[in-house]
Amino acid sequence: MSDASLPYQIEDLAPARAARRVSGESRIVQFVLVVVSLAFLCLFLFLPLISVFVEAGARGWHAYREAILEPDALAAIRLTLFIAAIAVPFNVIFGLAAAWAIAKFEFRGKSLLISFIDLPFSVSPVISGLVFVLLFGAQGYFGPWLAANDLKIIFAVPGILLATIFVTFPFVARELIPHMQSLGSADEETALTLGASGWRTFFTVTLPNVKWSLFYGVLLCNARAMGEFGAVAVVSGKIRGVTTTMPLHVEILYNEYMGAAAFAVASLLAGLALVTLVLKTVLEWRFADAIAASRRH
Amino acid sequence: MSVAVTIESVEKRFQNFPALRGVSLDIQPGELVALLGPSGSGKTTLLRVIAGLEQAERGRVLFGETDTRDLSLRERRIGFVFQHYALFKTMSVAENIAFGLKSRPRAERPNPAEIKKRVSDLLELIQLPGLEKRYPSQLSGGQRQRIALARALAIEPRVLLLDEPFGALDAKVRKDLRAWLRQLHQRTGHTTVFVTHDQEEALELADRVAILHDGRLEQVGSPDDVYDHPATPFICQFLGDANHLPVKVVGSQAFFQDRPVLGGLRQNLGGPASLYVRPQHLRIVDDAPLALPGVVEHLRRNGPLRRAEVAVEGLSKRLDVDLASQVAPAIGERIRLRITHGNLFAAA
Repeated sequence: MSDASLPYQIEDLAPARAARRVSGESRIVQFVLVVVSLAFLCLFLFLPLISVFVEAGARGWHAYREAILEPDALAAIRLTLFIAAIAVPFNVIFGLAAAWAIAKFEFRGKSLLISFIDLPFSVSPVISGLVFVLLFGAQGYFGPWLAANDLKIIFAVPGILLATIFVTFPFVARELIPHMQSLGSADEETALTLGASGWRTFFTVTLPNVKWSLFYGVLLCNARAMGEFGAVAVVSGKIRGVTTTMPLHVEILYNEYMGAAAFAVASLLAGLALVTLVLKTVLEWRFADAIAASRRH
Repeated sequence: MSVAVTIESVEKRFQNFPALRGVSLDIQPGELVALLGPSGSGKTTLLRVIAGLEQAERGRVLFGETDTRDLSLRERRIGFVFQHYALFKTMSVAENIAFGLKSRPRAERPNPAEIKKRVSDLLELIQLPGLEKRYPSQLSGGQRQRIALARALAIEPRVLLLDEPFGALDAKVRKDLRAWLRQLHQRTGHTTVFVTHDQEEALELADRVAILHDGRLEQVGSPDDVYDHPATPFICQFLGDANHLPVKVVGSQAFFQDRPVLGGLRQNLGGPASLYVRPQHLRIVDDAPLALPGVVEHLRRNGPLRRAEVAVEGLSKRLDVDLASQVAPAIGERIRLRITHGNLFAAA
């Protein structure tokens, strides 16, 4: 960094320090607040997480291996990865398109689009699943036509895919929209006046500018795609080894009193959560830097 | 080719707001033209219409003989520089400058060695040699703006368009860059149009100044022209300071409250009029037939000059008077002012 950036850093720090002094809580209040937050986290986050791993390993390494390598478990893992592998790229494309439209154009119904993007967050996942049953189920609107053409959506993989895509579609768009809005269109306009084609502008200017928020959105989307339970449970039909994803498999095992096996598979999901958390923290750290840099211009 | 850019009665509105209402302007090859106006006057919109970043609803823009509506953004070959530089943050300085060259169709694209040479030549030209590997975040505002200019120059633009090029910089850097841009223009001779709201910048830099107000072109002329002979009261007040006196013209004299203040008028106005007088055109006199009595109420420093604020009976606003001599009147002193030069406009 050159000395040009130095004054900014000083400015950034100064108000924070001043604010703390002005707010003037005593040390005791600070201490209590920190302890309360930590205690809450321990009780509701770390304790359950640890218990998952403890329970998973309770019967030893051999039982753990067996639970995971059992054919139904493997099928569930494969299906979960397959669903994520399709839902996430779909999400990226939709997210980029929606964010581009919202950030770069003015059009009628823009605020409506923004609120619709949030819809899957506000609707119970069970309802999301039921909607697809209503549309594509045997008694649904398209049910007879699907049956006539020998297509299966509900109680089959396509249904799980649709439900997952529906539940996850806000993730990438919601990360990208505010970032792209804050960036404006000057970079793209510059690239176009310099003679770049639309695609070149997108791949060399727009995409690198938003890569951190895109990556962040993908990460969250992936975690949800692999972990989604409610919507998937409704449309899957829970045919073991065929339409059970990892969360469904965990539930089935648990209901059959196979606690150790359930926790073994659950530990994989928990591991995924941990990896996501670590990556997310790393990204937030990088991302904050990138945002600060973009503001500095 | 006698005219580089022809703007023909261009009109543009945003929703219901008319941003440009029939603007026409010819720009000569190699000319440095300032589009000057307050915010909301349409100057940036006009620049963006020339660039092709906005489409005019009526009228057209010609580059030489070619209607720009027939040209794609790439074919227009314009160099556009934004107020906030819009440097590509994820690219180094060299990659930024080379962007336009690398964006050319394969057949016209220079080879890597040529591009490298061109980048270092341009950095030499903008007096920032050796910065190829730096990133925009490592540069000062003034350096970034020069890089943005080099990037625009790299495509050998037909026209260079600068949108408030020094708007985001502090006063000292602005001044330095102004002189630098003037020199650069003399050396490269690009036809250049720049937008500014800073009248000082426009007058100092431009060959011709085009003043916009409410989407209309109020006056176009050399800096001396527009400053000394403003076409409208708006321009008179916008370009530098001007005191306003409501007067009545009878014959060749202007009267302020039945007192003759300016004589020898050749304009044939007659009746109520507005007289605009710049602070440097008011002189403190001992006694004269055409003089305005007043009381000094305040003294302040305005750059190299000292300025007195003089209250005149019948005038709600104090008159600004530049003091020519080092001997300043005292606050509260009664003085007489003589108007050496003024601009007269018929009252609306």
